[in-house]
Amino acid sequence: METPLFSIGAYISLLVDWLNVNAGLPFELLSSTMEGSVKLLETLLLWPHAFIVMGVFSLGAWRIAGLRVGGITFFGLLFCFAMNLWKATMLTTALVAVSTTAALMVAIPLGIWSATNPAVDRITRPVMDLMQTLPPWVYLIPAVILFSLGRAPAVIATAVFAIPPALRLTTLGIREVPSDQLEVGKAFGAKPSQVIWKIQIPAAMPSIMAGVNQCIMMSLAMVVLAGLIGAGGLGGEVVRGLTRMMIGVGVRSGLAIVILAIIFDRVTQGMVARTDPAAS
Amino acid sequence: MTTQTVPAIECKHVWKIYGKKEKLAHQAVLERSLTKEKCLETYGCVIGVQDASFCVQPGEIFCIMGLSGSGKSTLMRHINRLIDPTDGTILVNGIDINQLSEAKMRKLRSEKIGMVFQNMALLPHRNVRDNVAFGLELRKIPKEKRWEIADNALELVHLSGWGDQLPKNLSGGMQQRVGLARALASDPDILLMDEPFSALDPLIRRQLQDQFLELSSKLKKSTLFITHDLDEAIRIGDHIAIMKDGVLVQTGTPEEIVTHPADAYVADFVAGISRLHLVTARSVMYPAAEFSARHPDQELSHLPTVAETDDLDTLVELMTDVEANRVAVTRNGRIAGVVTRRSLLRGIQGKPPERMNGQAPAALTTKKDTITA
Repeated sequence: METPLFSIGAYISLLVDWLNVNAGLPFELLSSTMEGSVKLLETLLLWPHAFIVMGVFSLGAWRIAGLRVGGITFFGLLFCFAMNLWKATMLTTALVAVSTTAALMVAIPLGIWSATNPAVDRITRPVMDLMQTLPPWVYLIPAVILFSLGRAPAVIATAVFAIPPALRLTTLGIREVPSDQLEVGKAFGAKPSQVIWKIQIPAAMPSIMAGVNQCIMMSLAMVVLAGLIGAGGLGGEVVRGLTRMMIGVGVRSGLAIVILAIIFDRVTQGMVARTDPAAS
Repeated sequence: MTTQTVPAIECKHVWKIYGKKEKLAHQAVLERSLTKEKCLETYGCVIGVQDASFCVQPGEIFCIMGLSGSGKSTLMRHINRLIDPTDGTILVNGIDINQLSEAKMRKLRSEKIGMVFQNMALLPHRNVRDNVAFGLELRKIPKEKRWEIADNALELVHLSGWGDQLPKNLSGGMQQRVGLARALASDPDILLMDEPFSALDPLIRRQLQDQFLELSSKLKKSTLFITHDLDEAIRIGDHIAIMKDGVLVQTGTPEEIVTHPADAYVADFVAGISRLHLVTARSVMYPAAEFSARHPDQELSHLPTVAETDDLDTLVELMTDVEANRVAVTRNGRIAGVVTRRSLLRGIQGKPPERMNGQAPAALTTKKDTITA
């Protein structure tokens, strides 16, 4: 192979190696937290009988997004169960839940900060641009080096991949709060923190929820990809189908992923609608 | 009014210049009386408010009237320091607010100053009650207490029972009443009203003006009221300041402004204003002696009479009622002059009565002059 004149990759791999050797503990901690959370959630989802979990999910979807979505959830999950993919489906659900939570814990505060502080925005904006244009595979490489194979690197790579849309939509929502509402806050004696909590965040809620929706969808897409590094679940099934040329396995797990995507999307869309005073 | 009372709001030589070199530009304008255009050209600065001084007495309604872009909203935002002045002093209840710390200023805003906005600016995600209670919530007043206060404030603006609705379910007029209730909820001394009724259709506007006047006479809040509508200013204001291009061109009672406009700009504005309730009989009468000399056959004591402080509307009413062509005007029980159909019509037009016997008539006088005379 030809050696490039200048390789940024060389520096990055140096950095990653250095981190791997010298900053092991924080990564270890992060890794075991993620691993533990996924394990816990997975156990919780698989412990009761599948029909109980199906019932609970369907009722929840019904409450949040209406009867139609409740029905879609029930029959969708029933289909996954019937295809003998229940365990994989639940594991994927757990992976998506943990990585989305992790992504949102970074994205929402950082998004609010970017919206209110131009200096922070100048940093996050190009970083988000970069993160959104990098092919998702690229995230897997440092994740594997730092966290080895398995669920932890999958969850962490997924979380990082899913941050940009949530952060962007949060920033957008906060910025779009009409200036007269901010003036109301000031005129009535609100502190800057009160303006954020009592005016900006509630007003930006529909946009933040749209960000949550995007974050979940991105997580799902990435978790499937993370089957490549041994995350298991539906992604693992797809990889199995791909590597062994088993069409049936690939199609079945592909279908289950589509079903999960529809359920996640419809339920979170329902949450977006509930937070929008103009829609209800 | 006594001169000892501390004005609710007092602005002394307030300047607001926008731009990076605002201080330099201010100096230049002061020393070399730079024009607006020159100021923009040389310093890249825009003059928002130029040397504005006025006083709002406790309990009165002070209107600032000007067209859009005249700087009236900018001036108002200095009173609660949403905008900092380039130069000048702003006193609220005698306190120089630009010396206050941020925390003290917030306290002043939340306890002493209520503000009503042109576009209502209700918070869409809160119901009406929580919107009204917003200022109290910021002050961490317990929920039960602040809801009680909010419901009382809603009752003041005749919106009892609407507390649980979201703002979008209310009409524009109702939303603005919520805005008013929100400003009143903390029982402030001072109300700042930034074109509160401008976005409403004329009928509702009229209704709200009446409601506001009624409420205002009950609550006696010192009010700074901004409008672009001279009719509204005259209906509502105890005093009016006319603003043009950042300058207060004239300040006075509605009568003073209508009858003695300071310059052509104000005169132009007041030209279309109905004088029926502003101008008094004294202003349009011919002096009795002069009239008798011209019409020796007219026995003055046979004429119907009005007091000299009665307004033109009363005169019109009387003349059309009894089919009289001439009405005697009394001062302290004695006939002081005569109003004819002709002089009345001229008065309504805003022109002084025409000369009689070649003598120049007195200029139009006002209710206020009459009272203080």
